[in-house]
Amino acid sequence: MRPFAYDRAGDIAQAVRLGRDTGQGQTMAATQYLAGGTTLIDLMKLDVLRPERLVDLKPLQGQYGGIEAGPSGLHLGALAHMSTVAEHPAVRRDYPAIAEALDLAASPQIRNMATLGGNVLQRTRCTYFRDTSWSACNKRSPGSGCAALEGVNRNHAVLGVDDSCIALYPGDLGVALAALDARVELAGPGGARAMAFEDLHRPAEGRPHIETTLRPGEIITGFSIPAAPWTRRSLYLKIRDRASYEFALASAAVALDLDGDQVRGARIALGGVAYRPRRAREAEAMLVGKPLNAASAQAAAQAAFAGAVVHASNAYKPELGRRTLVRALLQARAMEA
Amino acid sequence: MPQSPLAHGPSRRSVLGVVAGVAAAPTVTTAPARATSPTPPPRDRVHVTLTVNGRDHNLTLDTRTALLDALREHLHLTGSKKGCDQGQCGACTVLIDDRRVLACLTLAVAAQGVRITTIEGLAGPNGELHPMQQAFIEHDGFQCGYCTPGQILSAVACVREGHAGSDADIREHMSGNLCRCAAYPRIVEAVKQGRDRMEHG
Repeated sequence: MRPFAYDRAGDIAQAVRLGRDTGQGQTMAATQYLAGGTTLIDLMKLDVLRPERLVDLKPLQGQYGGIEAGPSGLHLGALAHMSTVAEHPAVRRDYPAIAEALDLAASPQIRNMATLGGNVLQRTRCTYFRDTSWSACNKRSPGSGCAALEGVNRNHAVLGVDDSCIALYPGDLGVALAALDARVELAGPGGARAMAFEDLHRPAEGRPHIETTLRPGEIITGFSIPAAPWTRRSLYLKIRDRASYEFALASAAVALDLDGDQVRGARIALGGVAYRPRRAREAEAMLVGKPLNAASAQAAAQAAFAGAVVHASNAYKPELGRRTLVRALLQARAMEA
Repeated sequence: MPQSPLAHGPSRRSVLGVVAGVAAAPTVTTAPARATSPTPPPRDRVHVTLTVNGRDHNLTLDTRTALLDALREHLHLTGSKKGCDQGQCGACTVLIDDRRVLACLTLAVAAQGVRITTIEGLAGPNGELHPMQQAFIEHDGFQCGYCTPGQILSAVACVREGHAGSDADIREHMSGNLCRCAAYPRIVEAVKQGRDRMEHG
């Protein structure tokens, strides 16, 4: 690991000030914010990330680590640990998709360390990104190419990819947040702002090294999930190679508002298959106003993967993704909500 | 500050280190460049106070020092093991404020002001083994033993979290601790006994 200076944030204003070198999208920047460290320290050991300065946000956990559930929705502090949020009774009861996405992620130790803000910014597990002996990685080294296009790409994305990058967004929580219309709250040099969680991650668009829409110095301070008739009937289904402690091959977060079997409202997002947390609005539109059954779920799943682009070893993903979504929809229909 | 328990004379580890050093000598030239870092500027050295097993330790460390390396190399508490060193195997599991975490992905400088418990701190004041340690012995919950300190600390936390109710629960919530010897069935049995004795004395 390369040498770096370490600063502890005394308050949010100081953190923002110290973080002015975080760069646009915060990739490869000279300054990195440290929270749980489960991605950052790992990638620094691998020499993928080479910050000169870390700004530790954990001292701000008291202020930005709370969980509040009320009639207008759920508010999650960005520095709350994954495990703490997953155990919260109101999250489990009223937003099961969020609790399940957290429960099924990583290991107990990592969930005790990682924070929500850090988790949604987790970097791809693409081998060619993580192993610096590969020179071609547009995400790590802009303009160098993408070794995954012709490489071992079984775990790579099929939705939202282009020839610059087919890396998979590996996270689970982000998929649930995208489905539930979450907003992400930020502090930064220009003051506080909020935006749709869906807009936090950028599409690749030939510039995969800029991963987010965060501006230099900006810090995620929290997430708000609006109360809605579908949050209780929500779930996160994750399909993977192992029973536990493994990234998704395909996953789906679904939330349904049903009148009998008729769909009044549907929220769907896909994981394990896409470049960034991906809302499947085409699939949602196909379900609204119709009965939810195997046929309509299958039609929605077809729509969700209509634009899939496969490579040599990941041609199984669209079908696995469709089946995952169908199962998730039918399981959500069967929930007591 | 207390004397390190291994500060008296040559330890098993230092002897092993010499042997390993000799054995590794022919391959030294192929070591990755990042293993040898330049002397860091003063900005990168920090005074750190770690509270480990109830005692405060004052250290001057490179900012890069992982908690695991601080424990093993600076405090000579070598019970915490380095397996993958990248957060995948759980051999380095320690408790911070009673929550299980990975010492390899925790910076020592960021682990101040918290209570760190390692396997060396689990036994009672007179050396009586923790019920979970005793359970691993009685159920033969290991073969080579390398992952065992992490397994035991993880198991203690697993029970305290209330995640050791059933075999399936134990398997799911111990999944962050890999055992290359695959002693998993006996580990599950050990965790169940440890759970019962922790809960009912």
